[in-house]
Amino acid sequence: MLEHYMQQGSSFASQIDGLVWMIFLMTTFWFLLVEGILFWLLWRFRARPGHKAVYLDDHAEHAFEVKWIEIPHRVILLCDVAVIIGAITVWSEVKLSAPAPDEVVRVVAQQWAWTFTHAGRDGKLDTADDIVTIDELHVQVGKTYSYELGAKDVLHSFSIPVFRLKQDAIPGRVITGWFKPTIVGEFDVQCAEICGIGHGIMPARLYVETPEAHAAWIANPTHYLAYKF
Amino acid sequence: MAETHGHEAHGHDAHGHHEEGWFVKYFWSTDHKMIAKQYLLTGMLLGAVGAYFAYVFRMQLAFPNKPVPGYGLVTGADYNALVTNHGAIMIFWVAMPVLIAAFGNFLIPLMVGCDDMVFPRLNRLSYQIFLVSALVLAASFFVQGGAFGGAWTSYPPLSAKAEYSLTDLGPTLWLAAVALEFVAFLLGGINFVTTAMNSRAPGMKAFDIPMAVWMIVIASILFMCSVGPLVAGAVMLMFDQQVGTGFFDPDRGGDPVLWQHLFWFFGHPEVYVVLLPALGFVAEIITTFSRKRLFAYRTVLYTTIGTGVLSFFVWAHHQFIAGIDPRMANVFSVTTVLISIPIAEMTFVYIATLFGGSISFRVPMLWALAFIAEFLMGGVTGIFLGASGADIYFHDTYFVVAHFHYTFFPIAIIGTFAGLTYWFPKMFGRHMNETVNKVHFWITITCFNGIFLPLFVLGAAGDHRRIFDYGNFPELSQPWMQDLRVFATVSLLIMLAVQPLFLANFFYSMFKGRKAEANPWKANTLEWQCPSPPPHGNFSPLPEVYRGPYEYSAEGRADDFWPQNSPT
Ligand code: HEM
Ligand SMILES: [Cu+2]
Ligand SMILES: [Cu+2]
Repeated sequence: MLEHYMQQGSSFASQIDGLVWMIFLMTTFWFLLVEGILFWLLWRFRARPGHKAVYLDDHAEHAFEVKWIEIPHRVILLCDVAVIIGAITVWSEVKLSAPAPDEVVRVVAQQWAWTFTHAGRDGKLDTADDIVTIDELHVQVGKTYSYELGAKDVLHSFSIPVFRLKQDAIPGRVITGWFKPTIVGEFDVQCAEICGIGHGIMPARLYVETPEAHAAWIANPTHYLAYKF
Repeated sequence: MAETHGHEAHGHDAHGHHEEGWFVKYFWSTDHKMIAKQYLLTGMLLGAVGAYFAYVFRMQLAFPNKPVPGYGLVTGADYNALVTNHGAIMIFWVAMPVLIAAFGNFLIPLMVGCDDMVFPRLNRLSYQIFLVSALVLAASFFVQGGAFGGAWTSYPPLSAKAEYSLTDLGPTLWLAAVALEFVAFLLGGINFVTTAMNSRAPGMKAFDIPMAVWMIVIASILFMCSVGPLVAGAVMLMFDQQVGTGFFDPDRGGDPVLWQHLFWFFGHPEVYVVLLPALGFVAEIITTFSRKRLFAYRTVLYTTIGTGVLSFFVWAHHQFIAGIDPRMANVFSVTTVLISIPIAEMTFVYIATLFGGSISFRVPMLWALAFIAEFLMGGVTGIFLGASGADIYFHDTYFVVAHFHYTFFPIAIIGTFAGLTYWFPKMFGRHMNETVNKVHFWITITCFNGIFLPLFVLGAAGDHRRIFDYGNFPELSQPWMQDLRVFATVSLLIMLAVQPLFLANFFYSMFKGRKAEANPWKANTLEWQCPSPPPHGNFSPLPEVYRGPYEYSAEGRADDFWPQNSPT
């Protein structure tokens, strides 16, 4: 259902959405069931003249406890196991696996801008033809990218909602991860960790391009920075 | 001690044996009931401040960059400071003082049947330190560069260096205020635990203690166990800020993520610290108004202790994507999702209590039931965030904001209204107007859902939190999203508009309300067996206890209640 609000733009987006959908179904079931029982009890046992509440002694209570607590418990445990398996599966795919990248992109956050270093024509970072841009990330659809994420000053968080990608950036460290864009378009990049007074004005744009358009951009990049990062 | 003139309720506790100056009576008192009222009023006042901040930043979100009536233009710096202090105030200066300190002070001696706290002067000191902490927090708004705006979690390096936060003293005063507040609650906690352990009325065994007392005691113990590392962390952070040490500074071998561990090792148990008292109030209220024994008393108790212990092993669910070793997420995802079991158990137990009851929908009962119904929403949405794979998307979005407000609002606001409307007759010896309170209840609850339901949707649509203007993000600037933001803000405006109704009722009834008898709800626990309001010294003679707190509707009795201190 997340896809109704936000397109699925990466190879793992549909897995995350699938997990969310599964949790949604389970929690909705429990939520409606429990609210239903609650409101039914309120109606059924409203105070009426001549009706006295029942008194359960410890013994009667115990029999009741099996029915009200223990059985629902087992079912909840089962749901929990399903959620945990789903969570770990998706997490492992997104955050623990590291597919061999076609290209590496360097992302550096600072108060309050993003610097992206693209590999350029030769497909390699740290060569003379690297393309460094501010607040603009260009990638090619269908390619697997690995990113090297750093920060210059405070914590930031690299968040691309269409990709279902989010990773905090920490000064003094380089954190790696990956993504593989699956649809062409122009999307928001947000900073998801408060980073000072400009945190709300730290947007960047993501351009996912067809191979032709991407090649054209590499040949003639916009917003090229003069210095190599 | 027994000589009092407090029975003719004139609004306050008549406190003391000799004539006392008003200063001694209201500010220097060691009476637990007066200290409770000091905490209550201070907490309510700060609650108004926290709500005012929410009003200002919600207005900015709904109507970006237009002057907010009663505030003015909201800059990015203002916005951050408002959000930061809204969160900090609501948790440290509203939920804790009201739920734990005010109700704990008022209820524990009365419910265990003694005349005062074990350490009354420590108790007075606790409030005084608390008051100082609030003043230090207030001072942080008036320093150069303004108040701290690095979020209530205060992550370094942003919080550690003035060149990043752009305010030198703001973060330090903020941290000092928080640390002082912790000191106040450590002192208070010592009192709660020792009083409940040592001063119980003869005959009150462990399982005869009312749930509200148990919950406040367990909460105090959880607080004591979790706060140490954070106080140490706060001192380190203050050194980083003002002395130039590098505990959290990566350039000098420090580690910013260390702070996150220290903070959340405290921060997650803290959620239970404020939750438990509210759960305790709900237990008292639903048993009273359904005339039923609390279902599975011992199970509730063991579950609470179990949850408390488990709550020390889930903290890193706040840090799944924070740059910790990603394999750790698997461990913390398991512990977090498993918390659903005790929480569900608690819900089932409370609901099962209603079964076979005779339920009357008085105002305290409405609040207590609303607590159960709304908290459930907070509980189920937590699963989305505990599941590491799904949290990648939801982390730091409005989905999180909506989720934790569905836990905190029931705790801090609904729980407080439940407790206040239930114990008001005991506190002040008078009744509030019930019709006014019903109107206030229905509008507040409706608006609460009106504020936070849209935020789930906005979070799912990609709204990140702590962003002061979504106009900079084309995908978040769609008209339907802005409509939802306006809807949430308008709901807040309506909700705020009806609060004076409650406040007027509260203060009017305090002096002019219908006089309350000792036990207006026909409840069993000891606080209802002394006069309303209780005189200095509470009971004369001190009560003896013969049975558990929830013996309602016992067979073979004419009355459907059975006070704990009634020999027959
Ligand atoms: C009066 C009604 C309330 C409204 C309308 C409200 C609204 C909000 C909103 C919209 C945010 C997120 C702002 C942002 O991220 O940009 C927020 C943050 C927060 N609120 Fe509330 N809130 C209310 C009451 C409460 C209560 C009762 C509590 C707790 C007892 C609470 C605790 C927090 C906390 C801890 C934060 C996080 C602050 C941060 O990001 O550092 N709020 N509130
Ligand atoms: Cu940021
Ligand atoms: Cu937590």
